Amino acid sequence: MSSGNGLRPDLALITQWIEPGSRILDLGCGDGALLAHLARTRKVRGYGLEIAPDNVARCLGAGVNVIEADVDDGLKDFGDASFDYVVMSGALQAMQRPDRVVAEILRVGRTGIVTFPNFGHWRVRLALALGRMPATPALPDTWYATANIHLCTVADFEDLCRDRGWCIARRALMNHRRSDSGGALRLAPNLLAEVALYMLQGRA
Amino acid sequence: MSDSAAAGETPAAQARPAADCVGIVAPRKVAIDRPLTLACGKILPRHELMVETYGALNAARSNAILVCHALSGDHHAAGYHGESDRKPGWWDSCIGPGKPIDTNRFHVVALNNLGGCKGSTGPNTLNPDTGKPWGPDFPIVTVRDWVRSQALLADALGIRQWAAVIGGSLGGFQVMQWAIDFPERIRHAVVIAAAPKLSAQNIAFNEIARQAILSDPEFHGGHFYEKGVVPSRGLKLARMLGHITYLSDAAMREKFGSVLRSGAMGFNYDVEFEVESYLRYQGQSFVDRFDANTYLLMTKALDYFDPAREFGDSLAAAFRRATAKFLVVAFSSDWRFPPARSREIVRALVEAGRDVSYALIDSSLGHDDFLMPLPEYTRVLQTYLGRAAAEAGS
Repeated sequence: MSSGNGLRPDLALITQWIEPGSRILDLGCGDGALLAHLARTRKVRGYGLEIAPDNVARCLGAGVNVIEADVDDGLKDFGDASFDYVVMSGALQAMQRPDRVVAEILRVGRTGIVTFPNFGHWRVRLALALGRMPATPALPDTWYATANIHLCTVADFEDLCRDRGWCIARRALMNHRRSDSGGALRLAPNLLAEVALYMLQGRA
Repeated sequence: MSDSAAAGETPAAQARPAADCVGIVAPRKVAIDRPLTLACGKILPRHELMVETYGALNAARSNAILVCHALSGDHHAAGYHGESDRKPGWWDSCIGPGKPIDTNRFHVVALNNLGGCKGSTGPNTLNPDTGKPWGPDFPIVTVRDWVRSQALLADALGIRQWAAVIGGSLGGFQVMQWAIDFPERIRHAVVIAAAPKLSAQNIAFNEIARQAILSDPEFHGGHFYEKGVVPSRGLKLARMLGHITYLSDAAMREKFGSVLRSGAMGFNYDVEFEVESYLRYQGQSFVDRFDANTYLLMTKALDYFDPAREFGDSLAAAFRRATAKFLVVAFSSDWRFPPARSREIVRALVEAGRDVSYALIDSSLGHDDFLMPLPEYTRVLQTYLGRAAAEAGS
């Protein structure tokens, strides 16, 4: 999926899920690219949470509201339903307790958007079948230097959602070449998706 | 810290200000001829403020930055008053050409607050009604009074709106009050090492400092000027106590250790440990440059500060009046106003839906780190203010 503006493909897809003019909290916002893009194109207002000082400085340089904080410490500073969307892209698997983080996301946001690399992808399975930790386009880091401590598959994540009563409002699957639309991708998501995107809502 | 940095330089470099220094500067007195009604109810028909400015005001008058000082600061924020000055202004690490508060891009205004003792109208200046120093009769001023006085100063200087108001510690309190009281006159609010109000512990430290001064026999109820004496013991103790709160435990260990200077116990109350020597020196040098009545007044302004008070104790409600963009900065080793207090400010700003960024600087010195040129801190300020300068068209 080409966004034409240098935005990461999963972020470009998230952009399409966000209503114009809404209020958003981006957890692990990195250099602030998503927030800057949403502010520019959808008049979205919000804040990013980020733990790495280099990224905090990049956000400041981009004019993005950034709050230096550790998402693992929870979202105590934010009230219930105080944001239209709470987004966490590509960071869930690096959390101490991803389940608690998603619960917090759904407390603070009316809608949660979560993306993560799918550990069920065939490249991952192949690497493991050959007796090696995977190093794939979606999971490029070596086992000893990765920040990912709680990897999961599409099937695992959907089990968790079912277990906790979280409603999956939308799902998108991507691999590094294309998104969603591929029929095969829909047929065998847990095998073919490299990255999974979910729009979640809390218990009704 | 700044001393050790200077020690590494050549004597020639010390004698001449560096290229990123504003150089030799001169303070001036600005007369505010309009009446100022203070929070206590008293009215000052006129007052004077000592001011220094650095960098040029642009044609649009859009690039002015106000620097608010903390407890013992003044208008001399950067540069040197003369060739023989040993030390530059109190925030020279941050203000100058190419520094975070870049005088190539900003017109910087620093002042000595009302009630100060460095030339602005205050306890050690003459009360026009009596022809004697004001002393204890000088009204106790609040942070809000300071901000109103600073707004009159801005009028006098022809500055309608600040590109940014910046301050650390008590200076940060003034920044928040500016954003709440004069939202249309401030585009960016930079609040450093501050708190939404003092804690009971903070007030307790201030109370001990005040008691030290008030109980000094040379204080004479604040009328010590006419007696030709100074309550130096009280003021010295107050400053020694303050200094402990400005440094972290780790920084004190690092700096002084707890080794006996002579190597043996002397069984007396002379200076035996380095930290005792340091505190006594800091206390004594403060007595030589500061006024006891001003110290009392400043600690009271700190204690009284609580912008939420008149908004049903809701800081968020207070901040809903603000329109400025905020940058809040805290230091990990600061226990006087620890990061958690800055987070309270951030939380209220988020609740109020205001633009805010927050940086937590990994530091070791303590509260005083806000005066230090830490690389991470410098980058945060430089990046943020760089954008503010671009907005101001300079």
